[in-house]
Amino acid sequence: MESYLFPFDSLICMLLGISFTVLFTLLLVFIIVPAIFGVSFGIRRLYMKSLIKLFEVSELMLSMSVILQRGGAEPEFDMSDIFYFCRRGVESIVDDEVTKRFTAEELESWNLLTRSNYNFHHISTRLTALWGVGVLIRYGFLLPLRVTLAFTGVGLLVVLTSIVGLFPNGRMKNYLSDKVHLMCYRICVRALTAIITYHDSENKPKNGGICVANHTSPIDVIILASDGCYAMVGQVHGGLMGVIQRAMVKACPHIWFERSEVKDRHLVAKRLSDHIADKSKLPILIFPEGTCINNTSVMMFKKGSFEIGCRVYPVAIKYDPRFGDAFWNSSKFGMVNYLLRMMSSWAIVCSVWYLPPMSRMEGEDAVQFANRVKAAIARKGGLADLLWDGGLKRGKVKEVFKEEQQKLYSKVLVGNIWPTFSYEQNIESV
Amino acid sequence: MGSTNSTLLKIPNVEVLMQETGFSPAHIIRLHDRFKALDKEGRGHLCPQDFGAIKELAMNPIGDRIIGAFFSPGKEMVDFHTFVKILAHFRPVDKDRPKEPNSPELINSRSNKLKFAFQLYDQDKDGKISRDELLKVLRAMLGMQVTEEQLESIADRTIQEADLDRDDAISFEEFRKSLEKVNIDHKMSIRFLR
Repeated sequence: MESYLFPFDSLICMLLGISFTVLFTLLLVFIIVPAIFGVSFGIRRLYMKSLIKLFEVSELMLSMSVILQRGGAEPEFDMSDIFYFCRRGVESIVDDEVTKRFTAEELESWNLLTRSNYNFHHISTRLTALWGVGVLIRYGFLLPLRVTLAFTGVGLLVVLTSIVGLFPNGRMKNYLSDKVHLMCYRICVRALTAIITYHDSENKPKNGGICVANHTSPIDVIILASDGCYAMVGQVHGGLMGVIQRAMVKACPHIWFERSEVKDRHLVAKRLSDHIADKSKLPILIFPEGTCINNTSVMMFKKGSFEIGCRVYPVAIKYDPRFGDAFWNSSKFGMVNYLLRMMSSWAIVCSVWYLPPMSRMEGEDAVQFANRVKAAIARKGGLADLLWDGGLKRGKVKEVFKEEQQKLYSKVLVGNIWPTFSYEQNIESV
Repeated sequence: MGSTNSTLLKIPNVEVLMQETGFSPAHIIRLHDRFKALDKEGRGHLCPQDFGAIKELAMNPIGDRIIGAFFSPGKEMVDFHTFVKILAHFRPVDKDRPKEPNSPELINSRSNKLKFAFQLYDQDKDGKISRDELLKVLRAMLGMQVTEEQLESIADRTIQEADLDRDDAISFEEFRKSLEKVNIDHKMSIRFLR
């Protein structure tokens, strides 16, 4: 009997092996080749649209849980049920999309990630099954794919920048360096399935200036650098980061500080000014906040970068929390943990606005200038709901949605009125 | 802070507005931006159609009642001050603000929040929620999903439980009493982002 099974065994293994390889290669080709040339098949946007539809379904299922959870007693109409609809209505008046999605304590639209639903419990079998399938897809398929892409992207960055570093300084080298950097960052963007919309690209930072952006996560760097070439600023690290830093600096000048140098403010300022004075060098990318913010507010901008006295190009980055919370709580999670969480989310969706350049005005000191820039960024990012990319907005309002809400609400009540429907049965069918 | 101050200066009586509603300057600016965005034709005031253009609100089963809450009877326009004052009902209660005995009641007090909700039911503004008005609200929230008999039985039971003086209608006091155990602050507050 055993010998009978063996040939099949190895055959199956072979077939599986081949199909996996083919599948993976195809995927890599479809993802890496467009990244090299900077084109897009639009696959990610399609994916995002289908995710939105999926979330709408789960939102409808979950949104009634507010009423279901009332005191554990059997649900019956309560005068306070109107508050739920009333509050949602007023939320939409104040802020079309953003506020609703942002109430951290009650993310009513559940994006099928347990980590974002703080009160997860079994609402309905169907919803839990949907979540389970989601877990399988995310961890079994998306995560390995993304990790492969990430390694490819980083590996290519190191190798190619080192090669470019061998060229003599000149226009050719700069051209190649730009291309190589862009390509590798684009691969990394795909490794995170980041769907980014850039607004007002005519204001993109130019040489001899500083680009200043609000900081939510380490991913911000990749998001900005995949659309333009910047000189990075940072501390010299050891290990893998150090390898990457040393390779990058061979291709074009970045500014890496030793640990000891960071304390010396004058030295930092001098190096930055020298870099800016040289018009052939790329604009510097700085995150003045220095630490990751929850993406709802723009904290105190540290004034150091604003003392240098050059043009500042503010950039506002805003993440759509429906798809996964990009915020990195560095005290709670380490970098690797954070990256794994990002790569096992559905997608990272964000918008980037390039604001017109600003310069320090007469009689304005560094702090006032910093605050002015900060306010401009906050206002642009805070207006995200109004200028949100058209593709993300839902289509025309369908009567179906109102009806869906009514249907769900009625199921809750009807189950109580007709004794033949038991409570449990009613929940299963939701 | 140059740009923010200039926006505040453009709004007339903004100090009084902040005093009455308790909103911070940042909130006022954000609401002003939102007001301007809703006021697509730049008239300086909003009409019911401007509210109707908000998709989420159009999908809401009681969307038209909420819109109605912004317009006093007979008026077809709402200016920025009124807009902010009505939205102030939904500010979370300030737990650390000391209670001054002689100061006027805050717009976002529990009582005022309840009054706001009450008027969503009481459309003819006679101070009572009649059986008919209750039925209308239920029909709005449930649509065609339930029969007339089911609606009537829900309405009857609700009135039976809340109506204490047996006049077949729910007055504001009875409404308030039936909700005394409910966390109104939680249900009728929204977070106003910077």
